[in-house]
Amino acid sequence: MGTKLRTYEEINEKIKKGQVVVVTAEEVVDLVREKGVERVAREVDVVTTGTFGIMCSSGAFLNIGHTKPRMKIHEAYLNGVMAYAGLAAVDLYIGATQPAKDDPLNKVHPGEFRYGGGHVIQDLVAGKDVLLEAYAYGTDCYPRKKLVTWINIRDLNEAYLFNPRNAYQNYNVAVNLSDKTIYTYLGVLLPRMGNAGYSSAGQLSPLLNDPYYRVIGIGTKIFLGGGIGYVAWQGTQHNPAVERTERGIPKGGAGTIAVIGDLKGMSPHWLWGVSIRGYGCSLALGLGIPIPILDEETLYYCSVSDEEILAPVVDYSHAYPYGTGEILGYVSYAELRSGKITIGGKEVPTSPMSSYSKAREVALTLKKWIQEGKFTLTQPVAQLPGVESGVRFKNLVERPVEASVIIGR
Amino acid sequence: MMNNNGSKKVVLRFPQEVADRPIVCELALRFGLRFNILRASISPHREGIMVMELIGNRDKQEEGLEFLREKGVFVEPLSQDIRMVEERCYHCGTCVGLCPTGALSMERPSFLVRYDPAKCIACELCVLACPTHAMEALL
Repeated sequence: MGTKLRTYEEINEKIKKGQVVVVTAEEVVDLVREKGVERVAREVDVVTTGTFGIMCSSGAFLNIGHTKPRMKIHEAYLNGVMAYAGLAAVDLYIGATQPAKDDPLNKVHPGEFRYGGGHVIQDLVAGKDVLLEAYAYGTDCYPRKKLVTWINIRDLNEAYLFNPRNAYQNYNVAVNLSDKTIYTYLGVLLPRMGNAGYSSAGQLSPLLNDPYYRVIGIGTKIFLGGGIGYVAWQGTQHNPAVERTERGIPKGGAGTIAVIGDLKGMSPHWLWGVSIRGYGCSLALGLGIPIPILDEETLYYCSVSDEEILAPVVDYSHAYPYGTGEILGYVSYAELRSGKITIGGKEVPTSPMSSYSKAREVALTLKKWIQEGKFTLTQPVAQLPGVESGVRFKNLVERPVEASVIIGR
Repeated sequence: MMNNNGSKKVVLRFPQEVADRPIVCELALRFGLRFNILRASISPHREGIMVMELIGNRDKQEEGLEFLREKGVFVEPLSQDIRMVEERCYHCGTCVGLCPTGALSMERPSFLVRYDPAKCIACELCVLACPTHAMEALL
């Protein structure tokens, strides 16, 4: 299994010559069933993965350029959505889940959350003018106190996506055991297990095809929002030490990645602002990672199918919000993708939050880019923390605070 | 003899002046039609809206609807009232698991969401749940 088949340099050489053999993580499943791991590993150079779904913990850094007179922005709004300005003078960070300042939120439940940070990012990428309103307290070197103007992505010095946590390696399946409808980030959940929400591209999902982070690491070049991006770091809440199946697939949310990429090279076809009823705004995006088939083991992991990936079913009316850790059972992505699952003898229709057709389109697009010589592979400069790293997701342990030091809101 | 029975879903809008009159029952009494009220509400301006499935002889259905129109009720076919804006849909399918009638379904192997207005009863769960506002209610 450990025999080296090819190096990054050899793969890139084949890409340049137009001789590279690329298949998607979906195509490779049948190929391996037909020919076996050993043979396919010799024939295939790269397997492309893809996912498309709502990925909270996304956002963009923008540098708007200096004004005359200069201004050190203290508070900023883009189309009415607050951007974080506590960075420098004219650097902003627009977070995907920030709702518009005048949004009624959940005052009338379930709130609509019609426009937020994710929508601002989508509008910027679409080349639309975006209204900037900014305020400052004024300093000797940055005297200006107010700025109202239209901005456009083409005029910004920098606009890059920096998503602290994307591409979750597996995730929960959400059901509602209560007697009333609930509104969650896994969708509208009908009472008494009326439906089940889930969100993973399963067999196409990047980290499920490299479960031990053997090839995906810091510096890996990726498809991000229709443009080029890179893995910047392990994602927040990266949790490699979860229970795994025999073939190493985590049986729940595990690894994550932080990614970065030039927003100017992206497309609104791959970045969508979304409104999750009763929950909030966010950004749905397409992300794909090429996996170089360096040895048979890499290919073996890529050949995982939806039948072999299990996800935990969790009650989002109680067990999830109160963190009880209770799991109602496990279902496979093959069952989830079939449209119904069976939990405790009850047949439950499934409601996916991520788009399988677009995940497939990401993997096919990346495959085409590589075949056409437009995309070469990069070797990671450092590994993501693995199972043995000791990295573990921790919950917050609250500590008592004396009344005199509370700042308040 | 050809069977001329069938069912049809319609949206009835009752202006303020007729919203409080017993009109709908006449569909059964005068025209021998059965009906299933799928949804009914009265707006703050006291205008009424009712979504119903009409079951029975097709000629009688037309006569019954004509009778309603004469009484001042606006009649529209249901299919015009819930629509899918294709370019806003990225085919996640969250609506599919919520749809009680199979009007929204996941086509395989393409995994594209398809909408069949004929099966829609305008419950609007899809409108509530769609993260990109691809499902629109014009009711």
